[in-house]
Amino acid sequence: MSNYTVIGFRVNRAGPLTLLQDAGRYGVRHLGVTQGGAADLHGWAWANRLVGNAWGAPALEVTVGGLELIAERELVVAVAGADLSATLDGEPCAGWRALSLKAGQRLAFAAPVNGLRAYLAVAGGFAATPVLGSVACVVREQLGGFDGRGSKLAEGDRLAVTAEAGRWPAAGAASAPQPPDYAAPAELALLPGAQIGEFSGHSLYQAFNADWQVDTRADRMGVRLTGPRLSCRIGSLISEGIGLGAVQVPPDGQPIALLNDRQTIGGYPRLGALTPLACARLAQCQPGQTVRLTAVAAERALADYRRFRAALG
Amino acid sequence: MSAPLAARLPRLEPAGLDGWMVRLFERIDEDNLAWITPLIRHCEAAFGDALVDLVPSYTTLLVVFDPLRLSPETARHRLQALLAALTPDVQTATGELRELPTWYDARVGPDLERVARHAGMSVDDVIACHAGTDYRVFALGFAPGFAFMGLLDERLAVPRLATPRPRVPAGSVAIAGGQTAAYPMVTPGGWNLLGRTAARLFDRDREGLSLLRVGDRVRFVPVDRATFERQGGDTTAVEARA
Repeated sequence: MSNYTVIGFRVNRAGPLTLLQDAGRYGVRHLGVTQGGAADLHGWAWANRLVGNAWGAPALEVTVGGLELIAERELVVAVAGADLSATLDGEPCAGWRALSLKAGQRLAFAAPVNGLRAYLAVAGGFAATPVLGSVACVVREQLGGFDGRGSKLAEGDRLAVTAEAGRWPAAGAASAPQPPDYAAPAELALLPGAQIGEFSGHSLYQAFNADWQVDTRADRMGVRLTGPRLSCRIGSLISEGIGLGAVQVPPDGQPIALLNDRQTIGGYPRLGALTPLACARLAQCQPGQTVRLTAVAAERALADYRRFRAALG
Repeated sequence: MSAPLAARLPRLEPAGLDGWMVRLFERIDEDNLAWITPLIRHCEAAFGDALVDLVPSYTTLLVVFDPLRLSPETARHRLQALLAALTPDVQTATGELRELPTWYDARVGPDLERVARHAGMSVDDVIACHAGTDYRVFALGFAPGFAFMGLLDERLAVPRLATPRPRVPAGSVAIAGGQTAAYPMVTPGGWNLLGRTAARLFDRDREGLSLLRVGDRVRFVPVDRATFERQGGDTTAVEARA
């Protein structure tokens, strides 16, 4: 693969939060550096797969829409993840398949129809210099993204792509699945954690049988769930490392599922951890949406994750 | 009668599909580092390329591995073997001594007066007390390069602010709840600000990235304004909080 890059897009409107994301930043969490990476790993991976990219290629994470890009050259792209009513030169533009754009064409994302985060991949990948091994854009840490400083997209930005950006994927590279219905009630698989026995029996029953509402306090760090108040015998722990998907329960009894940009250590008791695919699913839930927590065995979760990775490189 | 199994330490606790929490101790103690530090080295050797991250904290070590290469069961067996053979390493666990030149002044440490009132000490005594102890780095977190250090003299164990400041300047030296830290970058923050250091605590272009590592010993060295400015310190004032 050639190393040289070209300008693929000009940003006409940036939207409230459009970020460059890859699979995340690893090996530096002991320094307090968070993981970052695509919040919906499934949608991100499919966008890349549809244009023939290998696992890990940088793609745009478009949160709730508002993005308008002008193609600066011929490009092969795919949009997966949320349906943010994307249009190409004003005409509805199908997601979950590869498309060819000509120079001057306008790709726009308006507002959420289904889900919250759309992923735009370009053949060969967007191009940026990795910081600490990754281009994952973490605004709070001022790391990653196109400028390396954690900047979200801004009007007037010119986005670099690799020289393969116009290459049509090899025939049969990928056939897309039926786009998920993110608005449907979500079943989130949770691996029980060590403190689960510290919750009252009634709280445990409620945790896995009640409907939980996604709160408005939801971002890339974590998603609050509101519902019955869970009670735990421990109020707080000595701070310790927290993994992706950890579902912590602060003293107010309302769980918070911690996602890609979470702090690296924390001290609230946890029900357990959502699986990576459950985190991806939760990242597409709009505030007010209903979710349920379902306990799963590690063997089952591992098999699901390995199947997903085998299918998506 | 022996203790119930769940209370025995060290123990391994599930932490998602790709992690195990190694719980080594019940309490925060500097001596914990003599066990956690060698365990980090042993994990690096035993897991090799399958290791994703190791997150040490006060009493624990979170081990994150690649679930495509290792099953949680295999990872658990490896960790059990490491724990069975683990011995403390007092020599290397003492860490590097890092000095943080610090300008203690109400201009950049707007909580000095209030901390002094809380402690029943003069401001000068607060400074002497804070700078008079070598601290250990127990964990990094909150932000890149943010080191949680302890343990503070009990008189300085001031609770964090009821309402965090939306913007704490980089380099701010602060205390809260028996611990001390220096803010590597501008972030919101609820700790009590005593002064400021010009030291670059996190630098993406530096080998090792973070000035401070878990296990390091840290000494705050009082400097005057002129020295602080010569070291490149930013003297912009912070507003006090009631």
